[in-house]
Amino acid sequence: MNKNFSFKLHFPILVFGIAAPFLFPGLQLQFATLWVMVLFALTWDIMGGQMGYNSLGNIFFFGVGMYTSVLFQVGQFAEIGAYTAAHGGDSFTFTNAEYYQGLVIGIIMSGVVAAITAALLGWTVFGLRGPYFAIGTLGMAIAAGELMGTWEWVGAGSGISVPVFPGSAYARSLLFYFLCFGAAVLTFVAVQWIYKTRFGLAVNAIRDDEEKAEAMGIHTLRYKTVAWSISAFFVGISGALFGNITGIIEPLEVAFPTVTFGIFMVAMTLLGGKGTLWGPVLGAILFHTLKEVTWTYFLGWQWVALGVLIIVNVVFFQQGIMGWLMEKFPEKFGIVVENKEATR
Amino acid sequence: MILVQAPVFNVQLLLDGLFIGATFALAAYGLALVWGVMNVKNLAQGDFVIMGGYIAWWLGTQGIHPLWGLPVAIVVMFAFGWGIYVTIIRRVIDKDLFTSLLATFGLAIVIAQLLNLMFGPEVQTAESDFAIRQILGVVTVAEIKVLAFVLCGLLALAVVIFMKKSRMGQAIRATAQDARAARVMGIDTDKVYAFTFSLNAAICGAAGAMISMIWVIQPFYGISYSIRSFVIVTAAGFGNLPGVIMAGLGLGMMENYSGFVLGAEFQQATVVGLLLLVLVWRQIQQRKLRQVVS
Repeated sequence: MNKNFSFKLHFPILVFGIAAPFLFPGLQLQFATLWVMVLFALTWDIMGGQMGYNSLGNIFFFGVGMYTSVLFQVGQFAEIGAYTAAHGGDSFTFTNAEYYQGLVIGIIMSGVVAAITAALLGWTVFGLRGPYFAIGTLGMAIAAGELMGTWEWVGAGSGISVPVFPGSAYARSLLFYFLCFGAAVLTFVAVQWIYKTRFGLAVNAIRDDEEKAEAMGIHTLRYKTVAWSISAFFVGISGALFGNITGIIEPLEVAFPTVTFGIFMVAMTLLGGKGTLWGPVLGAILFHTLKEVTWTYFLGWQWVALGVLIIVNVVFFQQGIMGWLMEKFPEKFGIVVENKEATR
Repeated sequence: MILVQAPVFNVQLLLDGLFIGATFALAAYGLALVWGVMNVKNLAQGDFVIMGGYIAWWLGTQGIHPLWGLPVAIVVMFAFGWGIYVTIIRRVIDKDLFTSLLATFGLAIVIAQLLNLMFGPEVQTAESDFAIRQILGVVTVAEIKVLAFVLCGLLALAVVIFMKKSRMGQAIRATAQDARAARVMGIDTDKVYAFTFSLNAAICGAAGAMISMIWVIQPFYGISYSIRSFVIVTAAGFGNLPGVIMAGLGLGMMENYSGFVLGAEFQQATVVGLLLLVLVWRQIQQRKLRQVVS
């Protein structure tokens, strides 16, 4: 991608990201969700766009991160079984120091545990190719939600509540806004860096032809597992943040929202253009803004609209916005059109 | 354990599993057909089933016996399947595999939500007013379940005969073997695909109509039927009708058992767990086939 083009986008987004909570104080949490969406799309694209492994169950790591975070946040200072039995925050209070210590450790551990889970699962899941992989991961995420809903120790179906933020509501939303924004920026920088390295090339090689890549000496399973772990690490962190924003973690709707966030991340990436760096970002911003603005006017038809959007996107507009731009103006992206000579 | 104390209770569980498993097998056969012939993985399979169920249930609320819903569901779903093929499936058929998967997933969302908007999110069952018989003392068997089981068998038989004997069935099998060769031989493969997809929708509709009478339907139950179909087809392999039937019946019984032993909330988890098990198991099998060069 052209450097010039990238900088034109970097700067306004950074400025907007920092200024947004002060410009629109009432919408801080909506904007925080926007950055989580950007993160989702970016991490999904590592797998789906760059490596050609279309996972429908990446949301699994969102739930893993969320539960890990709350378990570390609570578990350091209280017995979790007693905590969930008492339904959380009412009878247990955390001091400021305890809260922040828990939060920091919880966020870090959520990423680490999610990445380790991905690495462990990778050994079984990556034997699956194409549609089997998609369905297998989808099944995994659904099963995780169902099983978490039966586990009494973490609150079963009624969920587990996150420690209450010690400060004002404004400070809370500001803190989590910037955490989400920071996580999204971190993800973007990391992903941008990865795509420039040998690792990125190897991952692309797996997408283009896995057998050939293996024949060229790329240890595909290792690359796939690492790519999935990277993806899971960031999704896990976003899970920790989102769990703290919602305040109560319920297994089916909040922690493992397979049919909402799990599908959004795919839809957003496809809308923006998979396999590109900026596509997921643009797709997520566009999708989330449209959704937030129009969602309430649909009166129950919003899900139908979402489904139709997915169908139309997949069937008629598969290359996405970035892909379309690249086709239309290849010169702007530093792509040299080689067959110009031939057509003359 | 009640299962050990009252062994006859096992019969109850097995029978119920068998009856429901027959409908699973029917839906899975439709999936195997579409998968094998068109290489389209239809994630909206379960939603076709639920749609058929709502057709029968809706007729029931209009004062018509839900058994009439069976032929109606077959006809309506056949037309619906044709419409879906023309608008969506035709365009994704020769794209990469994930496209068809995602497109049908979008379709699944649309169908489930439309059903939800039209009929509400309540769990429904169509009243067929058949007697419930007692056999072996405590085991109860609803007559409608037996009837549905027999109808499932007859339907499967009809489809098999159709595939073997009719011109269209032969064309479908030829296309499945080699689409290009079939086209060269003058078979209109587009029409064959359309017919296959519609036939699948009709089979699903029939299974759904049965399910609405012997069990319960709800707009969002579709995805679990889709996953069941995938479990069955991946376990049995497509083009293997006896395997599909056995896997379907087995899944029904296994689900019933685990639902009873572990609790109803594990029933869905069992299906998904089985899917993962089947996938891992097949993978181990494939790994054996792989030659290790060191």
